[in-house]
Amino acid sequence: MKPTFSQRLDTYTRNSLPVFVTLLLVLINVLPLHIPGLSRIVPILPLMAVYQWAVYRPNLMPPLAVFFIGLMFDVLSGTPLGVNAVVFLTVYGVVIYQQRFFTAKSFLVVWFGFGVVAMGASILSWILVSILSASIVEPRAAVFQYLLNFGCFPLLAWIFLRWQNAMAKTE
Amino acid sequence: MFPRGFEHRQNGALVKENPRVISRIAQPIKGLAQRFVYVGLILAAFALMMLGKVDAVLVERARTVVTDTVAPILDAVSKPVASASKFARRVEALWAMYEENEALRQDNARLFQWQAVARQLESENNSLRSLLNFTTRADIAFISGRVIADTGGAFAHSLLLNAGSRDGIQKGQAVVTGEGLVGRITGVGSRSSRILLISDLNSRIPVIIEPGRVRAVLAGDNTDTPRLIHLPPGSILSQGDLVITSGHGGAFPVGLAVGVVSVVSENGAKVQPYVARDRLELVRAIDFGLAGILRAEPIEERPVAVPPATLPEQPSTTSTTDSLPAPPLTDSAPE
Repeated sequence: MKPTFSQRLDTYTRNSLPVFVTLLLVLINVLPLHIPGLSRIVPILPLMAVYQWAVYRPNLMPPLAVFFIGLMFDVLSGTPLGVNAVVFLTVYGVVIYQQRFFTAKSFLVVWFGFGVVAMGASILSWILVSILSASIVEPRAAVFQYLLNFGCFPLLAWIFLRWQNAMAKTE
Repeated sequence: MFPRGFEHRQNGALVKENPRVISRIAQPIKGLAQRFVYVGLILAAFALMMLGKVDAVLVERARTVVTDTVAPILDAVSKPVASASKFARRVEALWAMYEENEALRQDNARLFQWQAVARQLESENNSLRSLLNFTTRADIAFISGRVIADTGGAFAHSLLLNAGSRDGIQKGQAVVTGEGLVGRITGVGSRSSRILLISDLNSRIPVIIEPGRVRAVLAGDNTDTPRLIHLPPGSILSQGDLVITSGHGGAFPVGLAVGVVSVVSENGAKVQPYVARDRLELVRAIDFGLAGILRAEPIEERPVAVPPATLPEQPSTTSTTDSLPAPPLTDSAPE
């Protein structure tokens, strides 16, 4: 049976929602929260989202979207253009490449995987920014940011997992 | 992609091919295409990085366009966040009201003494100015704006402001709060602009350290306490020395409070800025009436330091001895 227009629109909206939500996270990430000391080490929410969707539903997070999410993050956060695009795409690529490692594993394994991948992402962005600014950038803030990334991941992942489970049920 | 139940004739007989077989052939092709897209995107990102190095102006313009587009959203969303944090701070303040009151009372008494001193100095200043026939600039205007985004990152220290070129913001303007210098404008859209904080890696601000009027350049290094570089040899600094803008290079007004020297060691001095980045909500850009004076090349490459021997004698109003091409912003007395 051919799906009606409204049905197709519905599927389309539902399928593009993960990307939109991740773009929204980029905006939320740059909001001034007025909490002392936080702005420098605020966890990178879109990174978590890209990782989470790459693990569970890579088809809803195409590489082109990952590229634009990274680019958007670069534009708003003021990092050299392209740095986070490369970092996000690398995270995405690593997860897709190691897909078998993640399938049907417990959440702890996925969390551990994020710990490893996010560390790689922090180191990669540190290297890229250092090269582009032709100096050794202070790494301390990046270390704290990584720790916060790692610590905050279950929170965001829990929300996304519920969503993904609900999706699986309707299908 | 492929129609289900793909049919074709083989040896005259109709063969219904299993769709699984098709997908087994199509999968690697699809995978290859996707891999191609993936590698292409990574290369594109690297190309953008190169472009940012080669043609910084173009990339900055593109950045401004995007920022301008999202500015209204950020503006709308950041308002409730700001009021929520303000409310939290107010509740927090309620707890400590008694102690704070006591502290403020003591502060008040101390400030009254300062006020007396300031009044005396002001009249003294006025009389000395009239002696020298010195004129102060009167054409300084302020443009206020709200911080709508704090970039939140370990690698870049900048803020977005909800005012742009239509409000009179221009590239290079100094941004201040009542406490002191925040940074300068580096990108301007029509309704938003980007402030480069003094702690950012790319920030270089010519400063004077009081007392002694030692000249130096305040260089951000992505920590909360920027460094002092190009200190003249033999200059003596101590903890608590006042750091103000010198106005050299032409982009900044003279005498904006920046911070105090917090650490002095063999490998340089660090400055604790007066302005705490996290509490910033409303800021003001100083329209100094000198449009486009900020050049593309960084200021640090110009020799700013002068021989230390001439420093103490040199009055600030005539310190034009260095090789800066732009006219100093200090008002020199008519000769």
